[in-house]
Amino acid sequence: MNLHEYQAREILKRAGVPMPDAAVAATPDEARTTAARLGGKVVVKAQVHAGGRGKAGGVKLADGADAAKAAASAILGMTIKGLTVHKVLVAPAAEIASESYVGIVVDRASQRPVLMVSAAGGIDIEEVAAKTPEKIHRLAIDPRYGLLAHQALGLAFMLYRDLAQARAAADIMQKLATTVYAVGASLAEINPLITTPAGAVLALDAKIVIDDNELDRHPEIAALRDASAEDPSEVQAREAGLTFIKLDGNVGCCVNGAGLAMATMDLVKYYGGQPANFLDIGGSSNPQKVMSALRIITADPKVKAILFNIFGGITRGDDVANGIVEATRQVPLKVPMVIRLTGTNEKEAVQILTKAGYSALTDMDEAVQRAVALARGKSA
Amino acid sequence: MSIFIGQDTRLLVQGVTGRDGSFHTKQMIAYGTRVVAGVTPGKGGQLFEGVVPVFNTVADAVAETKANVAVIYVPAAVAASAIFEAAEGGIPLIVCITEGIPVLDMTRVIPFLKERGARLIGPNCPGLISPGRSKVGIIPGNICAPGKVGVVSRSGTLTYEIIHQLTTQGLGQSTCVGIGGDPIIGTTFIHCLAAFEADADTEAVVMIGEIGGTDEQQAAEYVKQMSKPVVGFIAGQTAPPGRRMGHAGAIISGASGTAQDKMDALARAGIGVMRRPADVVPLLQERL
Repeated sequence: MNLHEYQAREILKRAGVPMPDAAVAATPDEARTTAARLGGKVVVKAQVHAGGRGKAGGVKLADGADAAKAAASAILGMTIKGLTVHKVLVAPAAEIASESYVGIVVDRASQRPVLMVSAAGGIDIEEVAAKTPEKIHRLAIDPRYGLLAHQALGLAFMLYRDLAQARAAADIMQKLATTVYAVGASLAEINPLITTPAGAVLALDAKIVIDDNELDRHPEIAALRDASAEDPSEVQAREAGLTFIKLDGNVGCCVNGAGLAMATMDLVKYYGGQPANFLDIGGSSNPQKVMSALRIITADPKVKAILFNIFGGITRGDDVANGIVEATRQVPLKVPMVIRLTGTNEKEAVQILTKAGYSALTDMDEAVQRAVALARGKSA
Repeated sequence: MSIFIGQDTRLLVQGVTGRDGSFHTKQMIAYGTRVVAGVTPGKGGQLFEGVVPVFNTVADAVAETKANVAVIYVPAAVAASAIFEAAEGGIPLIVCITEGIPVLDMTRVIPFLKERGARLIGPNCPGLISPGRSKVGIIPGNICAPGKVGVVSRSGTLTYEIIHQLTTQGLGQSTCVGIGGDPIIGTTFIHCLAAFEADADTEAVVMIGEIGGTDEQQAAEYVKQMSKPVVGFIAGQTAPPGRRMGHAGAIISGASGTAQDKMDALARAGIGVMRRPADVVPLLQERL
C-alpha cells in the first residue's frame, strides 16, 4: 500500500526526523490558512499516487497566502495519470544548499533491508542507479542489530564533509531504519534530504510503501488507506478478497493462482488477443468470490469475452462452477464466456455447468484461442 | 532417488489441526508420506485421525518421533514464529506453505536458519512431491507420475498445469519443487538445479519463473555448467511495470525484472525457452 507524501511525512516527523513545518489541505481556503501561518513563499503539491507530479502541473510555487489559494484551486480536482487530486500539501519553499537521497528498500538478493544514499539527490534515483550506479552507496542492514551508529555515520560522510551535518544525517538514517520495522514498510525514502544555507539538514519529501501483509498487525497504518486514490474496480476486488489489476484489452480473465493468471494473459496475447485484466480468485475459492469476480469483470465495457481458467488444487472445480451458474442467473451475461476447468472435482463441475447450459473445455490453449476469437466478434 | 524428500522422510506437520493443515495432512498420509507428528499448541496428547500423535511444541515432537522434515500450515501472522521453532527444534528441512508472511519477518528468519544450517522451502509455496514416494505440501498427487524430469517453480497452479502436460504426455517426474512467489525465499532455483544435477534419477529439468527480481538470470548462469538439459518458462510477459501481479515477488521494477530480459538470459544459457506451457513436452523431447 502506498502512503501519500503527507502521511509519510507525518510518520517520519513522529519518529523525530527534522523537516519543515507543513500541512495538508483539502480546499483552497485551507491552503490559504496554512500558507498565511507559514508566511513567505510556499510550495503547493498534489497528493496522488503517481510519479511526475511536477511535470503534470501538480506542484506550484506560491508567493503569499492568496497565491497559495489560487495554486490550490488549480491543483485540487485536476487529474494526474488518471487519478483525481483530492488533497494538496502546503509547505514552505525551502532554501536549498544541497540535495541528497536516502532510502531503504527490502532487497531480494541480500534478503535484508538495504540502505542506499547518494549525493545526487532530488532527481529520479532509479535513473541514477541505472546510469551512474557508482554514485549510490549501499549497506545491507542486519535485522538482528538494526542500523548501527558507525554504519550510519560512515554512509553520512559520503554525503557531507561537515561533522555536524554528517551526524545529523546519520541520526536521520537510523530513525528511517527504525521506522521501516515499526510500520512494516517495504520502502521508505527521503528524496531530497537537503541542507539549508544555514547548514541545517532536513527531509523535504518522503515516500513510504507499506507491505500489504503487515496491515493486519498495524491497524493505525491500514486506516491511512485512501480508497479514492485507487481504481474503483480494484478497491471492489480487494474488498471481495480477490487480486485484480485492470488492463486495456478485451478478454476478461478469471484464473486461480497468480502464476497461472499471468500465463493465461500471456497466452491470450500469444494467440493475438489482449487481456482486459489480471484476476486471481485465490486458493480456497467459494461461489461468492466467483460471483464478485464476474461482476467486476463485466463492469468493464471493453470486455468482449470472458475466459475462465481453473486448475483445481485447493480450489474445487464444483465451487467455481456453482459460482458461475449463480452469478449468471442473477445477472445474465451480455458477452460470451469460455470455461476451461480441470483438476479437483472436475467431473462434478462439468455436470453442474452442462446442466446450466454451459460447456467446459479441459485444454488451456483451446480455451484461450476460442476466447480470443469470440472477443473479435467471431463465433469460434 | 529424488531431491530433498524421499522414503526416509519423517514428517512433522505444524498446524495439523487447522482447516488447511488437517485437509492436506490426510492427503499426504493417503499419498504414502510418513507423517510422524503434528504440532498444535494446547492439543498435545491428542491423536490426529487416530494415528498421528499431536504435540504442544516442535521440541517435544522431535524428541519423541525423530521427525526430520517439517511442513507449516499456520496463519501468516504466526508463520515466521513456526519457522523459528522448527529450526530451533533441529529440523533440517522446513517447508512453509503459508502465504502472506510480512517480508520483514523473513529478513529475521533467514539469518536464524543459516546459523542452524536448516533449509527452508518457501514460504508461499505448494511444497514438493516425489511422485510415488513422498509428498510434502499441497501439490495434487493425482496429476503427477514417477519419472525422470525434475520440476522447479516459483508458482503454484501454473506448476500443476505444466506437471499435467508432462504426465498426460508420458513424461513422469523425479521431484517437483515449488520454491514460492515471495521476494525473500529460503531455497532458490540454483539450490534446486544443483540438487537435480546431482540426482541420479533426474535426466532433465523444467524451471518455471516469473517477473520480478533476477533469480532466473542467476539460475541461467548456473545452468551453463550443468550436464543435464533444462527448459524454462517465464510468466508475466503481458504484466505492466510497477504493478504487483498477485505474488508479492511478481512486480517489475527495473528492466532486469521483465519477462523478456529473463527469457533472453535463459536462451543465452542454452535453456529451451517455452513460449507457452504446451511447449514443455516438445522442447524436452528435443533434448532427451
